[in-house]
Amino acid sequence: MNNCEYQQIDPQALSTPIPTPTLPQPTVVVEKEKREKARKKWEVFPGKNRFYCDGRIIVAGQSGVLPLTIGLILVTTGLFFVFDCPFLVKHLTVFIPAIGGVLFVFVVISLLQTSFTDPGILPRATPDEAADIERQIDSSGSSSYRPPPRTKEVMINQQVVKLKYCFTCKMFRPPRTSHCSLCDNCVERFDHHCPWVGNCVGKRNYRFFYTFIVSLSFLTAFIFGCVATHLALRAQGGRGLMFALQESPASAVELVICFFSVWSILGLSGFHTYLVASNLTTNEDIKGSWSGKSGAEDTVNPYSYNTIITNCCSVLCGPMPPSLIDRRGFVPVEASSQTSATEMELPMLPVKKETNVVGGPALSQLPPHAFQCAQGTKDLLGSASRSPCPTTGKPQPVAAADPAVTFNPALISDPAAMPSLTCGGRHHSHTTSPPDEPRHHHHHHNRHHRTRSRRGRGSKRPALHISNPAYNASLSPPSSPGPRPSHTGARDPRRDSIVALH
Amino acid sequence: MAETHILQDLQHQAAIASKVYVQRDYNSGTICKFQTKFPSELESRVDKQQFEETMQTLNNLYAEAEKIGGKSYLEGCLACMTAYTIFLCMETHYEKVLKKIARFIKEQNEKIYAPLGLLLTDPIERGPRVVEITIFEDRSIGFGR
Repeated sequence: MNNCEYQQIDPQALSTPIPTPTLPQPTVVVEKEKREKARKKWEVFPGKNRFYCDGRIIVAGQSGVLPLTIGLILVTTGLFFVFDCPFLVKHLTVFIPAIGGVLFVFVVISLLQTSFTDPGILPRATPDEAADIERQIDSSGSSSYRPPPRTKEVMINQQVVKLKYCFTCKMFRPPRTSHCSLCDNCVERFDHHCPWVGNCVGKRNYRFFYTFIVSLSFLTAFIFGCVATHLALRAQGGRGLMFALQESPASAVELVICFFSVWSILGLSGFHTYLVASNLTTNEDIKGSWSGKSGAEDTVNPYSYNTIITNCCSVLCGPMPPSLIDRRGFVPVEASSQTSATEMELPMLPVKKETNVVGGPALSQLPPHAFQCAQGTKDLLGSASRSPCPTTGKPQPVAAADPAVTFNPALISDPAAMPSLTCGGRHHSHTTSPPDEPRHHHHHHNRHHRTRSRRGRGSKRPALHISNPAYNASLSPPSSPGPRPSHTGARDPRRDSIVALH
Repeated sequence: MAETHILQDLQHQAAIASKVYVQRDYNSGTICKFQTKFPSELESRVDKQQFEETMQTLNNLYAEAEKIGGKSYLEGCLACMTAYTIFLCMETHYEKVLKKIARFIKEQNEKIYAPLGLLLTDPIERGPRVVEITIFEDRSIGFGR
């Protein structure tokens, strides 16, 4: 989209576009590699999302029951148009299929937008940032042991709000942000993870979600009403309902589907209308953050504008921030000390990039992957936080173990307070986040496996470890998450085929 | 172009000494606002007044992006009526202001911070959670080899 506008001043990009081969400058080699091996950021995205169309479309790792949702909507509306509309047009008015068509279009478009839009995923902290935060925490707290959950308190509109530290993303979560364990991302203004749309609902797609459920409730109610009218008209003249059903069996199917869905969808719409009017999220409502359930005294919602109209307008019609994860941008060559170490070796290389300096294949291919090492493996961030210098050695098994302990309580919501709504129900499955402990047992194997499945030219990651002396000094078996290899294995062929299309 | 050469040379001649992070200020809610407190590591490098002015302008630009007013409501309502398909063709107000911010950061870097051996990273690259300020070692080789 407008990716180039957001990139920081990149010295390689500023240098002459056509490198002169006669001058053995480091920029020449680095830029050549960058152009030929540059990867898009979605390819190194650390969360569990999947990307299609070269990063244009983002879906959650698990598609949930999205196919079922789409199937139900298409089947019901299809049956309606084919079996009920002709009769109703003849006996009533031609506006019936017109209204149905408009509602159907709204439903499908808003559903697709909810499912395929980035909900407001926050990019994870860079190693330097994580190290800086760790330093601040350590300096302010006790240094003899790692204190349990790290929190920071801020004052918002005279209300004390606790910011929690996210161990996966290595940052203090902004207010109203929550980490979705299904998608493995921190999402801004996290509402809930909806299995029906197969995506998280957060700041950026809440308005699409709301439009979807409202238009769906209108559509369901409309179809229900029309089908009931159709059957009533057919049953007129003493012929009876059974006769009408025999004449138009499809209407019976539609009637059943609509009857059962209209209650839940209307209920959900009503619930979300209440949330919109009071500027709350499902997450906050369930946890009772602002209603005093958690035992605190007079807590009011600090984000509310105190008038319903303003709340509705700010939630539904407010400014639409762009996606922060910049999926289609190129992974920049990280100009940190790890790559400056490799860049310093480059002048020794002739311009040809196949030459090995220290035994690993394609040293020239290191810088993008050095960056990927930094960004792609969340566990390495834990290690980087131990040292001020941004090398990606030393993972800390302890760091990975902590999230399982301190993290889940944040996600556990009060089961008793769970509304009997489908979307709310899914929220509780967050508590079953994959345990972090088994990860340690799969360190080395999984890391290489993931490398192979991710890139299919897998020798680079081991080369990285061998070649850069800075790594060897602090290298120990890195950890990587258990579920990840199967996940990336699953998404790789699709991604490769999509990339091949471009 | 001379300014870009300065930055380019800076990146290649100077090694990164350290990075300073200016965190977000959440006192006014979830809007994007950065702390204007002057970090101690920059004391020797840049004028406090200048830095605070830069941060204040940045905060004002973000406030403009996130402003809820007539224009944003209009945009929102229009988008809602077209089932949000208008986002495919039109650039939102927020994105326009983000471009403005990117230009502002670039200009500040070129004019003020690069000659002092500093580099501001556009916060949008980091979340926007932080303003990352990279401090380069003072090699004193001089610019423009």
